[in-house]
Amino acid sequence: MIEIVSDTRCIACDICVRACPANVFDAVPDAAPVIARQGDCQTCFMCEIYCPTDALYVAPNAEGPIAITETEVEEAGLFGSYARALGWRNGRPGGTDRDPTFRLRAASR
Amino acid sequence: MRTSGRTSSRRPGSEPVELSTDVLVIGGGPAASWAGIAAAEAGAKVIVVDKGYLGTSGATAPSNTGTWFVPPERRHEAVNRRLGLTGGLADADCAHRTLDMAWNRLHQMAEWGYPFPTDDDGKPYLANLRGPDYMHFMRRRLRRIGVKVFDHHPALELLNRDGVIAGAAGIDRQRGRNWRVHAGAVVLATGGCAFGERILGATGLTGDGYLMAAEAGAVMSGMEFSAQYALTPKPSALNKGLPFRWASFYREDGTRVVTEGQDRHVVVAQALLEGPVYARYDKAGPELRQWLRQGQPNCFLPLDRSGVDAFEERWPVTLRCEGTVRGVGGISLAGDDCSTGVPGLYAAGDAASRERLTGAITGGGGPNSSWAIASGNWAGQAAARFARENRRAGAAPVIGIGGNGLRPAAPPADDFSAADAMQMVRAEMLPLDHNFFRTAPGLQRSLARLDDGWRALNGQHAAALIDALRLREAAALTASSRWAFSAALARVESRGMHRRRDATATDARLTCAIETGGLDHIQVAHRQHAWQRTAQ
Repeated sequence: MIEIVSDTRCIACDICVRACPANVFDAVPDAAPVIARQGDCQTCFMCEIYCPTDALYVAPNAEGPIAITETEVEEAGLFGSYARALGWRNGRPGGTDRDPTFRLRAASR
Repeated sequence: MRTSGRTSSRRPGSEPVELSTDVLVIGGGPAASWAGIAAAEAGAKVIVVDKGYLGTSGATAPSNTGTWFVPPERRHEAVNRRLGLTGGLADADCAHRTLDMAWNRLHQMAEWGYPFPTDDDGKPYLANLRGPDYMHFMRRRLRRIGVKVFDHHPALELLNRDGVIAGAAGIDRQRGRNWRVHAGAVVLATGGCAFGERILGATGLTGDGYLMAAEAGAVMSGMEFSAQYALTPKPSALNKGLPFRWASFYREDGTRVVTEGQDRHVVVAQALLEGPVYARYDKAGPELRQWLRQGQPNCFLPLDRSGVDAFEERWPVTLRCEGTVRGVGGISLAGDDCSTGVPGLYAAGDAASRERLTGAITGGGGPNSSWAIASGNWAGQAAARFARENRRAGAAPVIGIGGNGLRPAAPPADDFSAADAMQMVRAEMLPLDHNFFRTAPGLQRSLARLDDGWRALNGQHAAALIDALRLREAAALTASSRWAFSAALARVESRGMHRRRDATATDARLTCAIETGGLDHIQVAHRQHAWQRTAQ
């Protein structure tokens, strides 16, 4: 589930408020959005890749919240790690032209 | 985009926003996108309303999906091979039409500039779509051709004028106001029903379109084929199956769960009923490991972020129910144009039954993705035509036809909240020994509880705008569950993903569709289509 909106990284663009399909965030004037409905999070990681500053962290546990701090995520290098793996940058798509999934499909036959 | 009639202020709780258009598409995934594009290309004014955000909503956006993509000269063989697996319920003609539309539209996507990868022959590889990129691209395409997209605008009910569907009404959940869109035709592309399971996309996939269609008089088909489950690293929501092709499975004591040469899901389901099961991607060599990491990065997030080496260590795995998302059931289609039998109402993607394409087996891993493209296009084209040919003066009154959760039919009942209903649906529909493996007594027990829940919901009144959405989702989840288990009870046999422990053989007399409908009272009917054979 969504765990962290980093105040230090966030630029208050509110893109995540719009882009989250489950509407978990609430915008706050001139500040980082707040996680208002954590229980609605479907752990899809979409907010992370739409965030232009890699300010969001979704923990992989879909069944409930966990205890994790911004410092721990920062030190583990996890902010933006999914976007980097895909090739998305600054909240914009990239990398699908290098997706080798067709090799997996050929190998799985 | 000539969207007319925005009349109200933006204050919460003020008069509803009133808009009018030719075609209204409800949904935010690939089928909704293609319906919007096809209707606009046919000259219609189009509005798309989505519960979430068109780009991230639905089961496709967070995934990486193959398409069923076969060159014309190989289609005969491909269709025959697949038809042999579908339990005699699927239709070759539908498969050919699906393949044809997907083939054309995927080539068109390449012309529009979608960055497909290049294969070893230097040609674009069109048979795979990476979800986030695909849906981001579709959103841009819709905007380019003038389709108006409203995010976070869940539809709560259909509008009816003189027996014809005339639009929908819902809420703008981020601004806290109501909306009504008057339309010449409506396409339901709201996705399948995940029964509240924690899988990618499930938050929006509560069966809303099924409920709205049933309230308009449409019926469901194939709802018993709602027992598809996905291997998932526990406790994540990553229901993506491809990497498990290279997995071995283990019990708590380290002994192997032998899946080779067997139905992996059945063997693991049985083992999970006996105790925890662990997996390890130990059948992947170095090259495959690299491709897996690069091609399926989300599949590794749960393990990487938990500090587990997916290839070297064993990690707990579970089966998560995919309901009718990767199951089959949905709104029964009355014609090749995705009409529903209700004038002005069309269904596409997972909102529609895919039984004619996939029969008793899952359409996951390609067919469903091509179906979203094809059915979206058929529905969008037909809705545009209907709107054009049925323009009428608005003399008759427009009536909202939503029931349970919106217009209580019973006096206020004992406290039974939307959250209670969600918990009930999860408890009845997700356990392996309720749904993956079924028995008549088990189905009857679940149906009794679900019927009670439906009645209790019918006495609930929404206190606030957002509560109305929760109650409608609860009603849709409950109704979808009742149709699924009613159909499962009527199919006294096993076929495809429908596994009856008390009727393990396939009964040739049941090579037919089972249709379900009705709200307070569920109706079940057997219907044999022309293409359904009594083989298998």
